[in-house]
Amino acid sequence: MTSPNLRIAYRFLTAKKRAMVMSLSCTVLGVGLFIVTQATTSGFERFFTKTILGINGAIRIEDKIQDTMRSMAAAGGGDSHFARRDGVKYIEGIEEPQALMAAVREFANVRGVSAVVRGNVQLQSAFKAEDAQVFGIRLEDHLRVSDLAEQVTNGSLEDFRNSPSGALVGRVLADRLQLAVGDSLLISARGASRRVQVAAIYETGYREVDKTNVYLHQPEARSLLKRPSGATFLQISLHDPTRAPQDAARLEQVLRHSVKAWQEREKTWLAVFRALRISTMITVSVFTLIASLAMFNTLAMIVLEKTKDIAILRSMGYERRDVTRIFLAQAGIVLAVGAVAGALLGAAVTWLVSQVPLPINGIFKTDRFIVTWDAAHYAGAVLTAVVMVMVASLIPARRAARLEPGDIVRGTAQ
Amino acid sequence: MSPPPPAPDVAPAWALRSRGLHRHLGQDEGRVHVLKGVSFEAERGQVYAIVGPSGCGKSTLLYLLGLLDRPDDGEIEINGRRMSNHDDAARTAARGEHIGFVFQFHFLMLEFSALENVMMPMRKLGRLPPAAMRERAHALLDSVGLGAKTHRLGTQLSGGEQQRVAIARALANQPAILLADEPTGNLDVRNSNLVFDLLTRLAKDNGQAVVLVTHNPEIAQRCDVTRPMRDGLFV
Ligand SMILES: Nc1ncnc2c1ncn2[C@@H]1O[C@H](COP(=O)(O)OP(=O)(O)OP(=O)(O)O)[C@@H](O)[C@H]1O
Ligand SMILES: [Mg+2]
Repeated sequence: MTSPNLRIAYRFLTAKKRAMVMSLSCTVLGVGLFIVTQATTSGFERFFTKTILGINGAIRIEDKIQDTMRSMAAAGGGDSHFARRDGVKYIEGIEEPQALMAAVREFANVRGVSAVVRGNVQLQSAFKAEDAQVFGIRLEDHLRVSDLAEQVTNGSLEDFRNSPSGALVGRVLADRLQLAVGDSLLISARGASRRVQVAAIYETGYREVDKTNVYLHQPEARSLLKRPSGATFLQISLHDPTRAPQDAARLEQVLRHSVKAWQEREKTWLAVFRALRISTMITVSVFTLIASLAMFNTLAMIVLEKTKDIAILRSMGYERRDVTRIFLAQAGIVLAVGAVAGALLGAAVTWLVSQVPLPINGIFKTDRFIVTWDAAHYAGAVLTAVVMVMVASLIPARRAARLEPGDIVRGTAQ
Repeated sequence: MSPPPPAPDVAPAWALRSRGLHRHLGQDEGRVHVLKGVSFEAERGQVYAIVGPSGCGKSTLLYLLGLLDRPDDGEIEINGRRMSNHDDAARTAARGEHIGFVFQFHFLMLEFSALENVMMPMRKLGRLPPAAMRERAHALLDSVGLGAKTHRLGTQLSGGEQQRVAIARALANQPAILLADEPTGNLDVRNSNLVFDLLTRLAKDNGQAVVLVTHNPEIAQRCDVTRPMRDGLFV
């Protein structure tokens, strides 16, 4: 039964070529631009996420929750929730990193854990002095929770590994202090100072990090900061970073420490990206809206021009729903062709955009426009177009179906 | 006369029966009482002519009988089934199965070839396999003298040719009732004879009821029954 309707739909549509091409091109543009904007905005968002995961890992465990408050709250009955919330107290730092790390490794989603000792320091090069933060790490552990290996731009990680008094210095900091690989610098903290050597210079693209973070081997950092045991925080990487908030909640419950997921840590930037994505989506939806208006216009025109054909069809036994289908099928044909062509256009433009040179440095570092290739963008674009165009087509299609053949042949329809 | 017995199954000889049809057209002050209680029956195997001056309501009556329009009052039976009160779906199904209709003015779907036009009702009814539909459409076009122009688009046919394709199309599903509004209006003598002979032959051979509206006295005279109409009533 559908085949005669589809055939009729096709002939009606191709009889109005110009209007059809108009709605088709709007659909192609709508679908294509939707894909391109999603690919680019989410491209930057993902790259940002990769950058910050590569610096700080997915989860950070910091500060022990004071247990006395908890037992107090547990005894508090009905108000226990508030009591606990208001009463929560932390003991700074991590007292027994080894035990905690062992517990953390029990979690299935955990890929790596690294204990870090952190402290504020002053750096003094031959040229000038700068404030900085020292991160005492165990290199092998930290490589599992960061992209440090890929962030090294000058010198080599090997040199750092092999020199106990070596330092990894961020690019911005190195530039300010006019430091090159092999130079020595003086680090001072709490009245003491030590001389270390720049083993390598790294660059994350995140300016705040590149201008403050100095990585030292943990023993070196411990003696500098006078902190023989414990850790400032644990940095954790996950197999599936999207699950970090759930894992963080579980970890906090089990380990009785303050645990933060990266989504919470970076929520300002993530909100910016989300806003950007939504605003471009709205802009692009305008094209889909135009596509649906064009389709509405095309169909309304065809309905007007084909009323006599509708009367003939109805006189031959074609039902109201056949008429509806004939007109919806016209929208369907435009959508099918438009979706395929739009997806191709989207892919082509996405590729072209990815070739555009665009140096960015600050929250991440890139020299090209960043895009992502995600089937969900294509599905989303097509779905949006289908829904909007079909909704717009329903109106003329149903009006066509409501026409009475008697009114049409007398010329008194509408 | 007493009213007819309320038998559910009317004598099968009647393909079409209607009584007391009223139809007003237009709105408000423009409202006109076009049909003023028309009754009309058509028997199988008979050819009827409805004649009358322009504007007397012939087309209006034919639309009602063809279930393309609803009467304000009165009843219509098709093959013994009362159709005037049925819903749109039932009336549409009856149109496809039992009624062939030829419009007075517009005949074809112009983006389609003659052959496709004739196959259109068959495709909807879906009784025949596609090859048989094609064959039947060819035969019908042949019988109206258009065997050589089956693949012409509607736009590439003259008015008279279009009219003959429309007649072939109305016959496509072998309807029990053929209603044709001036089917020979655009035709020369030779072709109107061809069409008229075809319709008479079908009526006699297949037992179809044929109802023609015509201004042609010769044609009217050759029909089995002529019903003159004036001002919304048969006289
Ligand atoms: N929409 C309308 N509003 C008011 N009156 C109408 C309307 N349509 C038709 N009429 C009137 O109804 C009457 C019957 O029209 P109809 O088309 O049935 O005539 P007809 O007998 O078929 O005429 P013809 O031989 O010219 O085809 C005419 O007098 C016409 O003026
Ligand atoms: Mg008329």
